[in-house]
Amino acid sequence: MESNRGRSTESAGTAFSRRWVLGAGASALLTTGLSACGSGEGSSGGGGDTLTAFVYGDDAAKVQAASVERFNGSAAAKSAKGKVKLEKIPGSDYTPKLRTAMGSPSAPDIFFNWGGGSIKAYQEAGKVLDLTDVIESDPVLKNGFLPSVLAAGDLKGRHYGIPMRGMQPVILFYNKSVFAEQKIQPPTTWDQLLDNNTKLKKAGITPFALGGADLWPELMWLEYLTDRIGGPEVFKRIQDGDAEGWGDPAILKTAEMVKELVDGGAFGDKFSSVSYVNGGAPAVFAKGKAAMHLMGSWEYSTQLGKFPDFAKSNLGWAAFPKVDSGTGDVRNVVGNPTNYWSINPRTKNKDAAIAFLKDCASETYAKDLVALGDVPTTSNAAALLSSAPNPEYAKFQYEMVQQAPAFTLSWDQALGDELGTKMHTEIGKLFAGKSSPSDFVSACKGLK
Amino acid sequence: MALAFYLSFTKWDGLGDPKPVGLANWRKLLDDPRLTQSLGVTLLLMVASWVFQTVVSLLLGVWAAGQQRNRAILSAVFFVPFLLSSTAIALLFYALLDPNFGIIQANILGSTDGAFLAIVFVGAWQFIPFHTLIYQGGARQIPEVLYQAAAIDGAGRYRQFFSITLPQLRHTITTSTVLMVVGLLTYFETVLILTKGGPGTDTAILPYLMYEAGFKNYDFGYASAIASFLVVAATGLSLLLVRLTGFGRMRSTREGM
Repeated sequence: MESNRGRSTESAGTAFSRRWVLGAGASALLTTGLSACGSGEGSSGGGGDTLTAFVYGDDAAKVQAASVERFNGSAAAKSAKGKVKLEKIPGSDYTPKLRTAMGSPSAPDIFFNWGGGSIKAYQEAGKVLDLTDVIESDPVLKNGFLPSVLAAGDLKGRHYGIPMRGMQPVILFYNKSVFAEQKIQPPTTWDQLLDNNTKLKKAGITPFALGGADLWPELMWLEYLTDRIGGPEVFKRIQDGDAEGWGDPAILKTAEMVKELVDGGAFGDKFSSVSYVNGGAPAVFAKGKAAMHLMGSWEYSTQLGKFPDFAKSNLGWAAFPKVDSGTGDVRNVVGNPTNYWSINPRTKNKDAAIAFLKDCASETYAKDLVALGDVPTTSNAAALLSSAPNPEYAKFQYEMVQQAPAFTLSWDQALGDELGTKMHTEIGKLFAGKSSPSDFVSACKGLK
Repeated sequence: MALAFYLSFTKWDGLGDPKPVGLANWRKLLDDPRLTQSLGVTLLLMVASWVFQTVVSLLLGVWAAGQQRNRAILSAVFFVPFLLSSTAIALLFYALLDPNFGIIQANILGSTDGAFLAIVFVGAWQFIPFHTLIYQGGARQIPEVLYQAAAIDGAGRYRQFFSITLPQLRHTITTSTVLMVVGLLTYFETVLILTKGGPGTDTAILPYLMYEAGFKNYDFGYASAIASFLVVAATGLSLLLVRLTGFGRMRSTREGM
């Protein structure tokens, strides 16, 4: 789940075609990248004392732009003799563009990422700086962020990034007016959820909206079910590289429950061609054709943009229900803990880069995020949330994450691009009924 | 192309240096069940598209070859889809086929047959005008005397079509077929936009598989192996077609005239 997906208003198609053009161009770039690797110290573009920072270029990037401006005028910048230049990369192009740039001589000094698996390849190629000691020795950074969020982006227990955006837990959203009409409550147990489904289907309403064409919305179901059935350890084992972890009975049980949901019509009969990115699934949900939607917290801003009346008066939110026989804590959360800034070890001014990262722990930075409707992951955020556009929603998220014994990073982000894509394919097959739950387990075990 | 061939013997994620791995990628290519499936889908798509596009564009082309004014105007209109970019066309149909807000509100792109037929149809919608043009040109080359002679012998329109038009167009058919088949091996945007290879992997044709390996899995070595395989397959197929149809033997359609 790339963060901020919901915010991006670009249509998926244009994005992909551009990615394809970029891809074609990449081979040309790659050749230059090859020769650059030999020369060792590939210094970064920008020239002089300017450091380049790549950021995912959506609406929220204005918080980073303000931070850059603040930093460039600050005493810290002067003493470190460095300035930062922000480069906004259009959202859907971000991952491939960063990838190409990092292999080339014009690599950024500081770059936005999703932590965990999203930077694994960079870590292995020595292209991301280990920040563990920096964070440990600096009280501003060490105490500035919620520990579970700082840890969620780790690779093998080492920190490589500083949290720099809002948290994005996955939440069970529901349509309040549909719930009132059908006289049902947000489910807290699995049986309740199934009960609700029966009632909704009888009334001709699809229980859950699902953007199956994108695949990653389907993943959210697996993440939560596995957590509720077997706890966060099940996926932790897989994340740490043990493919046999897919053989855990909790995964099979999850896949079976997914199959039951799909076969029982919990997602309707058209979900496999519905997309989240093009606004299909949010519209189905907002218009009351579907009663609930399991989605990242950005669903709120998506709805606010497209169906403001619905977002303001009829959008309800709840935690994912408990599964009775499961061992997972009902307070556990899955999703994207946040986004991170990481540093390219080849930067020519490490001190300036680190000094810039510290701004993310500042109160001003957190306030900017709150004003945008985001919930910061800083320790000081709780006090600021009353000024959020929707304080009730902001507090719900903050408390949810603060109280969570475990925050599991989205599986695709945790596993990295290669495994993540292959897993998406298997999940797509499971939801489309192309493979059985046991096929799914054995296919996942074979992923490498 | 040489670079791609070189990369197919390496493991490269686009970040570090490519590491030589010998034949590993090629061995994977032979073992990969997804490649087998993909090959099957590609061939099926080729056959279905060929049948559909050839039949329609042959008939349209022959019809448009007539000198009537209305036919000239209509053939100009028919040609428009070919001028649009395939991305634009795919996006248009993607919107039209939206299961909840499109013109046809059914789960077309989410079902195996529906998604496959949609790809065949959208591809045909785009390329039929081009092949129609080829057939129109071909049909206009057929000497009028053949039809006049046939008319004197009492042949009707259908008899004329099957005994004169079709045999006279056989080189045109070969040309158009080679273009179609080779074109399909680079057919990509439509699949990416309409189905992303889904549902599951049911419409993941070879070029899409290559894209996925390279730009989603960042396994450039394997993607290059698929690309090299595509080049070989395209060359082989077009040679085979030319050989089979006797196109290379330079036998004129006008022999004996």
